[in-house]
Amino acid sequence: MLEMHSVTKSYNHRGKRVLALDDVTMEISRGDFVSIVGPSGSGKSTLLLMLGGMLSPAGGKVFVDGQSLYELSPEKRAALRKEKIGFVFQTFNLIPYLTALENVQIALLLSGIDGDEQRTRAASLLERLGLGDRLDHKPSELSVGQQQRVALARMLANDPAVVLADEPTGNLDPDTGQAILAFFEEIHREGRTIVMVTHDQRAASKAARTLKLFEGRLVDGREESA
Amino acid sequence: MKLRTLVWREIFERKNQLGTSFLAILLGISVIVSIKNISYYSEKAVARELDALGANILILPKSASLQDYYSADLPQEVFPEEYVGRLTNSDIQGLDNLSPKLSMPVDVDGKRFMLTGILPKNEFQAKVAWQGAGIFARPEGCGTVVAVPGQPAEPTKETLSRKRVIESLGDTEVLVGADMAATLHVAEGDSVSLLGTSFTVTAVLPQTGTVDDARAFAHLHTVQRLAGKDSVLNAIEVVGCCNAISGGLVQKINKLLPEAKVVTIAQIVDTQIKTNRMMSRLSLLFLVIIILVGGASIANYMYANVFERRREIGTLMAMGAGSGFVLRLFLLKALLLGLAGGFAGYLIGTVTAVILGPRIAGVPVLPMPMLVLWALGIGIVILVAASYFPARRAARLDPVSALQEV
Repeated sequence: MLEMHSVTKSYNHRGKRVLALDDVTMEISRGDFVSIVGPSGSGKSTLLLMLGGMLSPAGGKVFVDGQSLYELSPEKRAALRKEKIGFVFQTFNLIPYLTALENVQIALLLSGIDGDEQRTRAASLLERLGLGDRLDHKPSELSVGQQQRVALARMLANDPAVVLADEPTGNLDPDTGQAILAFFEEIHREGRTIVMVTHDQRAASKAARTLKLFEGRLVDGREESA
Repeated sequence: MKLRTLVWREIFERKNQLGTSFLAILLGISVIVSIKNISYYSEKAVARELDALGANILILPKSASLQDYYSADLPQEVFPEEYVGRLTNSDIQGLDNLSPKLSMPVDVDGKRFMLTGILPKNEFQAKVAWQGAGIFARPEGCGTVVAVPGQPAEPTKETLSRKRVIESLGDTEVLVGADMAATLHVAEGDSVSLLGTSFTVTAVLPQTGTVDDARAFAHLHTVQRLAGKDSVLNAIEVVGCCNAISGGLVQKINKLLPEAKVVTIAQIVDTQIKTNRMMSRLSLLFLVIIILVGGASIANYMYANVFERRREIGTLMAMGAGSGFVLRLFLLKALLLGLAGGFAGYLIGTVTAVILGPRIAGVPVLPMPMLVLWALGIGIVILVAASYFPARRAARLDPVSALQEV
């Protein structure tokens, strides 16, 4: 489903070249649940954004369902992202001036779904995440755990086949983190492919397998089974 | 949820930041609407005054002066009546009214008056197919047909009286000026003998304070016959549209009638032209100011707004929003602000004009609904133009740096 072939990426930081990804090759099958671990600055987030079509590699290729992602135009890549990929961010990235319901509706608006269907689907997703009584609350009126659940509902709005999560429990207390991980397991059972970047070993252990990144390289190219 | 819901929510969320820039545009549009509204009614009022004063262009024989005309001391020199035909058949715009005249002195009871031949409206129309022409017909085009609030839109009683009698004028009918009627002790329906011909007084004209008070008006062709002059005139009074005068109407008449002298009642026309020019320059000045200051302020606000929302833009892009969606997001915001600014500017400007108009220009001012389109147009064009480059920057934003996740 997701493939990387000899992918490299580097940045210039204060005049110094920093290698974020160094000749990374990997394959993630449909329905897999993969965690990516490694120290800060090892290239985890870079890899995740690259899989999501948000960051082009300096070298190598990235494939989604056999389609070379960065050979598509930016508009087609955006359309593919909308259709197949859902992002979850550590800081949730909810739009602060919209209610929980509207934050979920945005994703449906982007897919061209209008009117009552938009509202019904968004409300049903929030109810599934236990936020049925918080539909009209703005993010600032919700706890961090509730905010992450709104973000999960938004991510699920377009029923993505691939979920890319960047430290989804990084800002949450252990209990809420566990609840979010349980939800990841639930959506994994629905057949979605999940790639989760995390520092948290407990979170990583929920994945079917774990990839380790160190200084931009998959360590020894080894894949650790959970 | 629709795109415009998203835009409105964002505007109200950050309304304080928007305040100053929006206020600049709003005030600019208000001032322009006010100036346009006041100057419109001011022009109408002056045009109405000009109408009341009569002709503002005179076509005289080459050797005559304006002073001769006003002192009723017209020289013997004449020009052909055919000049009227030349004027009416030309493509010159802005001639609201023509009044061909032939004057000659007459002595009655040892006193000297002027007998002036004029062409009644019915003959004038039949002759040159000049719609609306008539000696005392109200000019159109200068806009006095538009009601000036607080003043009667219909002709006054005196004008009506004059207009009625002048619709047609018999060969032996005469209109007598106020002073002449008083001196000769004649009233409407009396007979008066002029140059051996008996005329019936069909009306006594109201006092005007001009040489017309010592004048009698008879049919042009009767006066021509009595003077022994065939188809000639010694003046054509023209009511020219003030805008047309400033646009070179006099020069055009001069070119058409090179053998005649064309003069304007310069002082009156100049005042009007100067007022019009000042209003139009003031309006232009404010337009430039709001384009520069308001536009720059809005552009600055929009750039700041794009910077502040880069995480939001990055998130939308991660959710699959293309650059077109982001561009629309910001341009729709500009459009909505332009509409709001234009409409509010129209309301404030109109209220200001209605309140201040009588004090500034001394004329009553009424709201002008057509200015709402003007205000909306300015608002939308400035907002959208000033927001285009910030919106394009947002649409081209690198989603990764926008998310600041790397």
